[in-house]
Amino acid sequence: MSQPDRIFIKGNEAIARGALAAGAKCFFGYPITPQNDIPEFMSQAIVDAGGQFVQAESEVAAANMLLGAAACGIRSLTSSSSPGISLKQEALSYMAGSEVPGVIVNVSRGGPGLGDIGPSQADYFQSVKGGGHGDYKLLVLAPGTVQEAYDLTIKAFDLAFKYRNPVMILADAIIGQMKEPVVPWTPEHRDPNEGRTWGLVGAKDRAPRLVKSLFLEDGALAGQNLKLQAKYKRMQSEVDQELFLTDDAELIVVAFGSIGRIVKSTVRKLRAQGKKVGLVRPITLFPFPADVLLGLAKQGKRFITIEHNMGQMVEDVRLAIRTVADSDFYAQLPGTLPTPDDFEEPILKALEG
Amino acid sequence: MTQELRVTNYPQVLTDRPTHYCPGCHHGTAHRLVAEALTDLGLVENTILVGSIGCSVFIYNYLSLDAIESPHGRAPAVATGIKRARPDKIVFTYQGDGDLASIGMAEIMHCANRGENITTIFVNNTVYGMTGGQMAPTTLVGQKTTTSPSGRSQEDTGSAIRMTEIIASLGGVAYAERVAVNTIKNIKKAQKAVRKAFEYQVKGLGFSFVEVLATCPTNWHMTPLAANKRIETEMIPYFPLGTYKDVLAKEEK
Repeated sequence: MSQPDRIFIKGNEAIARGALAAGAKCFFGYPITPQNDIPEFMSQAIVDAGGQFVQAESEVAAANMLLGAAACGIRSLTSSSSPGISLKQEALSYMAGSEVPGVIVNVSRGGPGLGDIGPSQADYFQSVKGGGHGDYKLLVLAPGTVQEAYDLTIKAFDLAFKYRNPVMILADAIIGQMKEPVVPWTPEHRDPNEGRTWGLVGAKDRAPRLVKSLFLEDGALAGQNLKLQAKYKRMQSEVDQELFLTDDAELIVVAFGSIGRIVKSTVRKLRAQGKKVGLVRPITLFPFPADVLLGLAKQGKRFITIEHNMGQMVEDVRLAIRTVADSDFYAQLPGTLPTPDDFEEPILKALEG
Repeated sequence: MTQELRVTNYPQVLTDRPTHYCPGCHHGTAHRLVAEALTDLGLVENTILVGSIGCSVFIYNYLSLDAIESPHGRAPAVATGIKRARPDKIVFTYQGDGDLASIGMAEIMHCANRGENITTIFVNNTVYGMTGGQMAPTTLVGQKTTTSPSGRSQEDTGSAIRMTEIIASLGGVAYAERVAVNTIKNIKKAQKAVRKAFEYQVKGLGFSFVEVLATCPTNWHMTPLAANKRIETEMIPYFPLGTYKDVLAKEEK
């Protein structure tokens, strides 16, 4: 078997190419650093693939265009970065409430406010905890490499349509701007008419379809919320994480995305020095690998959570293991660019502590 | 006992159910104009309705069409997404003045300017109806509302926005017309305008826009008859009726 062709591309381009491989037909974007490569690439590539590109008047509008296109059962996406994602939260709440599948890419940057254009993971809360109004969940996927950014974008579309729910790719400026080799691939056997039972196409020879999130009748909203919660429970089966040298580890480092990848190098180096440390890198942030963490906690392992923010995912780690253990936390300050060496000291301190 | 005689009929796409609109409200008339245009042009089975926020949020209860709800003001963006995803479908938004001319100003302007091949029916009754009669972007100077109890002050809040004139100035617009439905004569003209708007979409000419001057007797604190009269005496003088853009007309007004 011959070696598949590899291409050397940025994470942003990998996400765009992954979306095309997944069969995306509509892209709605707006310029914001550090995700501009995605709309720039798509402005040509998705049109060449027979799709539609719209540079919207705002992130608000781009997300609402996604709501409309996705309600037709067409694979569609939007991309932005943190301040722009704040603006998209309105439409995300509507998409979740009216069960419309779409993919939202967040190449996150530092905040709050205008923050900076450097890498940050401070959008964990606004991605995983909802962000907009109401009780809803996005499926949230956090790539740690450029190849994984490509792969997870394909997966994002499958999950979106499987659950009729918005799915967020939570990357950051490191993943988006870093170049790595990628082996592109195209999924097989995709149903080209997967929205046929619910998509808006015009009410011909059947009753009209209605995509809505307004439920005013007595008990109707309660019913809708119970239905959504049951769906979020079913999504638990999609949980995914990377476990690295956890079996005999005394200390588990929990880190996601680009930071998880950098910490992996730190863990390797400390292992060479005989230190018994391991890594859990959540790949799905919702659903969160709480059971995996609890299992490790029950084995008597200790924990440190490392994030590129002031402490967000650590709350979920603590919730997961609260009955048997706790987690230390180390904040890599947003807007800085860490190396594996930066994490040695906090990990050793937690190991000795 | 009186005998009920059916003297006319209504398009099948209009559902047979009690209305939630107040007595004398013009939404019902505007709904019917849309229903007639879609029926006459044979578009019913091929149309996607994009609703908005306001009293007409329930329009999908009255028109038997595939439909979607939009967040407040975003209907033109939602419609853009639908039309791009399904270019072979007829797509229209139905929006009130608060929705379109205030919170949704960016979306309507850019949708029109891009020349999205959709139709917008804009119902202007100069108040936020559903929330209880607050001042709208189209509230006339001097008009009393629950948030302008002494009458709209031009000094503090500016004056009523004339949307059709603004829309007509944008490059992507094929057709922009302002109509009223307060008299039989005006309804006839409105009927033609709504039909023309959908015809232009079928022809792929670009964005088409019909503003309908409408009553809100409840929030105007008027009888339906007095409200109809107000359209004539106060609204039409400020919001003149007529065609503001028509790419197929030989001479534009």
